[in-house]
Amino acid sequence: MQANDRARAYWRRNMRLIAVLLGIWFVAAFVVPYAARALSIPFFGWPFSFWMAAQGAPLIFVILVGYYARTMNRRDREATRGADGGT
Amino acid sequence: MSDAREQQAFAARMGRIYAWYTLGFLVFVGALAVFERIGLPRPWIGYIFLLATVLLYATIGVLSRTSDATEYYVAGRRVPALFNGLATAADWMSAASFIGLAGTLYLTGYSGLAFVLGWTGGFVLVALLLAPYLRRFGRYTIPDFLGERYGGHAPRVIGAAMAIFVSFVYVVAQIYGVGLITARLTGLAFEVGVFVGLAGMLVCSLLGGMRAVTWTQAAQYIVLIVAYLIPVVWLSVKHTGTPVPQLVYGSVLEKVTAREAQLIDDRKEADARAQFAARAAAAAERLARWPQSFTDERAALLAALAQAKATRAGVEKIASAQRAVDTYPRDAAAAKAIWTREAALVSRTAPLLPHAEPFPATDDAARDVARRNFLALVFCLMVGTAALPHVLARYYTTPSVAEARTSVFWTLFFVFLLYFTAPALAVLVKYDIYSSLVGSEFAHLPAWVNSWARVDPSLLSITDVNRDGFVQLAEIAIGGDIVVLAMPEIAGLPYVVSGLVAAGGLAAALSTADGLLLTIANALSHDIYYRIFNPNASTALRVGVAKLLLLVVAVAAAYVASLKTADILFLVSAAFSLAASGFFPALVLGIFWKRTTGRAAVLGMLAGFAVTFYYMATTQPWLRAMFGVTRSISDMMWFDIQPISAGAFGVPVGFAVIVLVSLVTPKPPAAAQALVEHIRSPEAQAASD
Repeated sequence: MQANDRARAYWRRNMRLIAVLLGIWFVAAFVVPYAARALSIPFFGWPFSFWMAAQGAPLIFVILVGYYARTMNRRDREATRGADGGT
Repeated sequence: MSDAREQQAFAARMGRIYAWYTLGFLVFVGALAVFERIGLPRPWIGYIFLLATVLLYATIGVLSRTSDATEYYVAGRRVPALFNGLATAADWMSAASFIGLAGTLYLTGYSGLAFVLGWTGGFVLVALLLAPYLRRFGRYTIPDFLGERYGGHAPRVIGAAMAIFVSFVYVVAQIYGVGLITARLTGLAFEVGVFVGLAGMLVCSLLGGMRAVTWTQAAQYIVLIVAYLIPVVWLSVKHTGTPVPQLVYGSVLEKVTAREAQLIDDRKEADARAQFAARAAAAAERLARWPQSFTDERAALLAALAQAKATRAGVEKIASAQRAVDTYPRDAAAAKAIWTREAALVSRTAPLLPHAEPFPATDDAARDVARRNFLALVFCLMVGTAALPHVLARYYTTPSVAEARTSVFWTLFFVFLLYFTAPALAVLVKYDIYSSLVGSEFAHLPAWVNSWARVDPSLLSITDVNRDGFVQLAEIAIGGDIVVLAMPEIAGLPYVVSGLVAAGGLAAALSTADGLLLTIANALSHDIYYRIFNPNASTALRVGVAKLLLLVVAVAAAYVASLKTADILFLVSAAFSLAASGFFPALVLGIFWKRTTGRAAVLGMLAGFAVTFYYMATTQPWLRAMFGVTRSISDMMWFDIQPISAGAFGVPVGFAVIVLVSLVTPKPPAAAQALVEHIRSPEAQAASD
């Protein structure tokens, strides 16, 4: 029973994290381009919407994936410590 | 535990080997540059690059030869995250990314950024929704997952069939690219180039399957990224004074925008465009009256000649009337061909496209359509990225779930290096052309312009249409591929860098083709032959069959590519939409919704794939001709979405069908639910960290 609850909590936390990260992904990939004409304000020489699509959003994607990998790998370690009689 | 230590030692050893290899490659390029100064002729540089790189890939293939099933299908599941990232990035980036992307950005400005967004953002979906779970599942192919999760042969067979179809379409385009680059690099015929490239691919994948392909792809990534970055950095130093173009090209973009404003108001530009418009209109008018127009005009010319002769109008007049008759098209068919080409000049009359402006158009309605298509394309490319079987299968090769997650990060990082450089490259080249080529005299064109216009007029042609002796922007017709191919010469670099760029393009095309061939052969040998026809086959027999099929598929793909018939660029983008609507809903719902049933998945995959295919077949000119669709394109379009983004309809249909059918079919069996529980559960990690 208890193991079952733990598994469910682990999965719920994973889903929450995925939802938050996909939210950021959605804004960078779709919301900013949708408003691109309004967001064409100067940004270090680039129009902001151009910079976002060319450099900003890809950079955000790299950070999202890196953050997810680090967080989930840490959670996996915590969740399985001792449970499987591992090290 | 000793496993973990062994794995760590293995990763460290491979790290040392690849560090030395990278250094060796740079020394090799440097040595060739020295030899070029001493006087090594250019064709030799091309041959040496081709031979050396293909030999290198073949050597890695021979060193990693294997006939063990786990080694052959998933590289023994011990590829460290960093190296799987390198390999997947090379697997992922095709000739289209390496050569085509910067060109598309040059030609379409902001609209082209849909490719940058789509092809990087897709990996977020891979990382969050697919890769870790597929690795936890831990078999050999993507149809494996569909078969196990949904039960029965149908999901596996449909999955395998779609994987084969999508990958085959894609691999034909890659082999086509290999043929083009080899031909350009060495001057061999296109068909010979195709088969030389094929040999390079086969040595590698045939001997060692996924294991050989993985280590070769890692080596190919290094070749292609070095080849891409060296000329861009050089060009950036020339125009901005800094070697980091990605951070500073904003200032160049400002100058491009200012120059665009000048050119838009330029009277001579408008004049050149008007000339093209007049020529195109005249040709269109003649075509409308064809073949009567041909007969009439020839009769008029002959009459004029007879008249000149009869009235003894003087030698000069007779000669010019004779010349008019001689240069006139020989027959009606020839006239039609020439006039059709002239009428196509109408494409040269379009006004200048502002590079940095999102969705440029004349009115709000057209801007809205452009925006809708931009977003739909981003969506299709992202979901398609997260559904291409040859990319997903690579995440089976890492030693653990944790390393699978980390390796998606490395993949995206290495892909990102090229993708966030491409927009900078497009702007730098545009600045060079707008500022130094436009406005220059025809008598003193830069050397690279003359040499490329001679090699291939479809890549670059300049005509002084308004006869003022100066180059107007409207007088330059440019093919996108030249942006990368001619970049070393535009930047004023030695020829050895041109050879390097061609070798990089070759590496990109070969690595993708390798991964795709392997996916097709594995779907056939593992999912169809072993799982369905001969479940008792020994591992040796399975690997043997896989190798044989690989050979057959490769030769078939090379044959199709050498026909040069299809609209190949369209086929590549079609692969994304088709993979997206066929695979993505079934894969994601299979992991995230326990209630998803087998029958629902089968129907959803078929429905999504069918809707996408139907939309393409009715709206894409080449497919319309093939299927004999006669109703006008605008009747068949939904929301004005281009056929390239057909997945925007297929994916939602796939999801909807799976959800609705799941709700009315009995719950999936306990085994399937247990499988879902298993792949969701955290994996115990070895004590290596």
